[in-house]
Amino acid sequence: MGALSEFRFFRPASAADAVRLRGEFPASRFIAGGTDLLPNMRRGLGGAEALIDLGAVAEMKELRRDGERLHIGAGVTLATLAADPIVVSRLPALAQAALAVAGPTHRSAATLGGNLCLETRCQYFNQSEHWRAANQFCMKLDGDTCRVAPKSSRCYAAFSGDVAPALLALGAEVELLGPQGARRLPLAELYVDDGMRWLALGADELLVAVTVPLVAGRASAYAKLRVRGAIDFPLAGVAVVLRRDGDTLAELRIACTGVSSRPELIAGLDELVGQTLDDAALATMERQVKRGIQPMETTLMSVPWRRRATPVLAKRLVRRLWDEAKGG
Amino acid sequence: MKKLLTLTVNGRLREDAVAENALLIDYLRDTLGLTGTKQGCDGGECGACTVLVDGVPRLACSTLAHSVEGRSIETVEGLSTAGNLSRLQRAFHEHLGSQCGFCTPGMIMAAEALLRRNPQPSRDEIRAALAGNLCRCTGYVKIVDSVEAASKCGEVTA
Repeated sequence: MGALSEFRFFRPASAADAVRLRGEFPASRFIAGGTDLLPNMRRGLGGAEALIDLGAVAEMKELRRDGERLHIGAGVTLATLAADPIVVSRLPALAQAALAVAGPTHRSAATLGGNLCLETRCQYFNQSEHWRAANQFCMKLDGDTCRVAPKSSRCYAAFSGDVAPALLALGAEVELLGPQGARRLPLAELYVDDGMRWLALGADELLVAVTVPLVAGRASAYAKLRVRGAIDFPLAGVAVVLRRDGDTLAELRIACTGVSSRPELIAGLDELVGQTLDDAALATMERQVKRGIQPMETTLMSVPWRRRATPVLAKRLVRRLWDEAKGG
Repeated sequence: MKKLLTLTVNGRLREDAVAENALLIDYLRDTLGLTGTKQGCDGGECGACTVLVDGVPRLACSTLAHSVEGRSIETVEGLSTAGNLSRLQRAFHEHLGSQCGFCTPGMIMAAEALLRRNPQPSRDEIRAALAGNLCRCTGYVKIVDSVEAASKCGEVTA
C-alpha cells in the first residue's frame, strides 16, 4: 500500500461543526472507522485535502428507542449494533448483517454510517495504481471506459455494504444534516443506481442517524455469499422481512446487495401478500428477485452464477422464516 | 503538518509531534520504535498489525494516529512484565502457536482482548475472535490450542 497523501485532520465535537468544516474545505471527506476509506486512499483511490473525523461526535453514537422506532446514530459501530439486545431480538436481519461485515476487528471500528455510504467496488477499481494503469484505468477513476460494460455511459461498480439491504427491507429512514439544516428521507432514496454517484447526498451533507420501525410480528434475516468465510465483501447479499398471518403472507420485503450499483429493494412482491407460501409463490418471488438485480463482472465470481444464486439465497431465507413463523 | 498527539502507550503517557496523516502503525513503529506490531498486508485484511485501543482490538494500519488521541494503546511489547512472558506469549511458545512468527503479535493481541472479556472461551469463540487474523503458515490449529492453553492457566504470568 502507498503512503497517505498530505491532509489536514479535524476532530469536531458536534455534527454541526463537522458539516461546517465540510463546507470550509470543499475537497474534504468525513471519516468514521476508516476501515474502508484509509485502504482506498492508500491505494490512490481518491484523496482529500482534509479529513473530518466523526469519532468525537457523541450525538452520532446514540442508540435509543423512541416509542415504536429505534434511533441509531450513524457513528454506532457495527460490533455494538450486532450485540444490541433490541436489535438482536426485534431486528435480527440488521444484527446478522452487521455481524456479516468483515472481521471482528473491523466491526469494532467500522460504523453504521460508513457501511451505508460504503464506496462501490469493482475488480477493475479496487486495485493498485500499477494494475489500474496497465489496464488504462476505468471510468470510476482516471479513465473513460467502464471495463465491466465498455459500451456503457455509466459505471457499474457494485454497492457492497451488508447493512443497507437489511435496513431497506426493514423500511428504515435516514437523517441527514447539511448547511440548510436537517432532512429525513426513506433509506431507498439515499441511493442511486450508478457506480460513481451512488449516494444522493448533497455536497456538504452528513448522514447523522437512521431510524427503523419496530413492527410487531415481523421476522427477518440476512445472509450473504462470499469467497472467504471470515472476512469478505458479499458476492451477493439478501435481506428478507416477513410477516405470517396463519397460512398467508401478511408482508414480504426483500432487498439485495452486491448485485447492482445500489442496494436494491425488490419490487413486485406485493402480489404475494394474502397468499400462502407454496411453490408457485416462491417461484414468483425468485422471478422478481432475478428481475430486480443486475450482477456484472465486478467480482471474479461468474455473473451467471451470482444471478442464479441470489434468488436461491432469497428462497432459503423466505422458506426458513415462513417455517419459523408458524411456531410463533 | 505535525500536531501534538497525547495518548498512552503500554501504560506510559506520551506527547509527540505527529504528522496529521500518520497512521497508528507508523507512529508506533517509526516514531516509538515499537516494531513488535507487524506491517503485514498493510490494507486491513490480515490482522498482523492488531493493537488494543482501550482494550479493544484495532487495526493499526487502518487507523489514523490522531484519531486515537487521549486513548490507551497496548502493543505486544506491553504484555511481558519484568522480563517474563505473559500467559499467552508463554502458551504460544510452548504449544508451537508461532511458526514464522509474523502473525503472532496480532494473534496474541486479539487473543488477549478475548481472554480479558471471556476468560474461558470455547474453541469456536477463539476462532471467531481470531477470524480477522491470517496465518500464512496456516498454523491455525496450534494457534487455537495455544489460546485455549493460556485460558486454562489462569492469571499466572510468570
